[in-house]
Amino acid sequence: MSSLRIEGVSKSYGSTRALNDVNLTFEANKIYGLLGRNGAGKTTLLNIINNRVFADGGRVSFDDEDVRENERIQSKFYFVGEKMLFPDSMKVNKAIKWTAEFYSSFDKDYAFKLADLFELPLKKKINSLSTGYKSIFKNILALSVNTPFVFLDEPVLGLDANHRELFYKMLIQKYSDNPAAFIISTHLIEEVANIIEDVVIIKKGEIIKKESKEHLLSQGYSVSGVAAKVDAYIKGKSVIGIDTLGGLKSAYVMGKREADPDPELDFSALDLQKLFIELTNS
Amino acid sequence: MELNQDKPIFQQIAETIEDGILTGSFKAEEQIPSITEFSVMYKINPATANKGINLLVEEEIIYKKRGVGMFVTAGAVSKLKEKRQTQFYDAYVSKLIREAKKLNISSTDIIAMIERSYDNE
Repeated sequence: MSSLRIEGVSKSYGSTRALNDVNLTFEANKIYGLLGRNGAGKTTLLNIINNRVFADGGRVSFDDEDVRENERIQSKFYFVGEKMLFPDSMKVNKAIKWTAEFYSSFDKDYAFKLADLFELPLKKKINSLSTGYKSIFKNILALSVNTPFVFLDEPVLGLDANHRELFYKMLIQKYSDNPAAFIISTHLIEEVANIIEDVVIIKKGEIIKKESKEHLLSQGYSVSGVAAKVDAYIKGKSVIGIDTLGGLKSAYVMGKREADPDPELDFSALDLQKLFIELTNS
Repeated sequence: MELNQDKPIFQQIAETIEDGILTGSFKAEEQIPSITEFSVMYKINPATANKGINLLVEEEIIYKKRGVGMFVTAGAVSKLKEKRQTQFYDAYVSKLIREAKKLNISSTDIIAMIERSYDNE
């Protein structure tokens, strides 16, 4: 199986360190969540992988071949970022046909079918589309291109709830029918939490977590109840965060639950968004 | 069905299918929706849906026909009833007692409520 390896990649913009010694592997046919706060380095990483920005050091390779300025390898990737590489005045239907010329695996019929589902105005110029429809347009290309690796940077930016729902459903349908690696960077963690299989969390240019979502969430739990009882329980444990509401307290704890805790304490599983917030708070 | 965070998602998928079988939406020897259909419907990773279904395959509540799909076994309903009956105490009774104690409701009151409601439902 093909895999994409990132080894010791660093990048600075002036005196700002955007990425610091990033080591990471993306495997084929998995859905990844690339999660980080604003400015954490998600987009820089995606830009480097997709040959839009050069790293200062380190190596990105696909099946042991350097991806940099390697057109044959880059044709296996499709990247949907903020910037669009189409001429501004190009019409939507033209741009779809144009993309089909560049990617032999592009399924034009499927793209037009999706355009119909999302009610994307085909005859409009790309630059006159609303923010939401620009995202939809880019997502339709990404779901139709059938490359082994697809990178989606903030794919639901500007989409309303109905279109977000439709997008997630189409993504899962596509992934089921024609598996590929999808790497999704997003702020809407709750929405993708059940869709992604592996999680990569990036904080200030460094990877702080990379593992299966299930494993990550199984490493901790939350405990809540009367503040004094919670305090007694969490003493000496690895606590990553606390919420207090009047006399009630919730604590987010890494490690295993005690075998026989106070019956008045409530225990629940960690959720990805909460864990993310606690891990990335400065 | 709405998914929640209290239980692993694959378990919730398995329980949804179980409920469908118990209520007769999925009948013995009938085909159930595919993994893709469940994944799309609940917006979950297909690997998660597959894990939930595999639980039911192991318990012989569902069987797979290669290239055709997934079907409810002939004995699924009685197997499920048996399983749910053994889980009934933990899932409902002990929770009910805990809440009742918090509210100072006596066991006599609980029994009276249960009898009233059991006959009305």
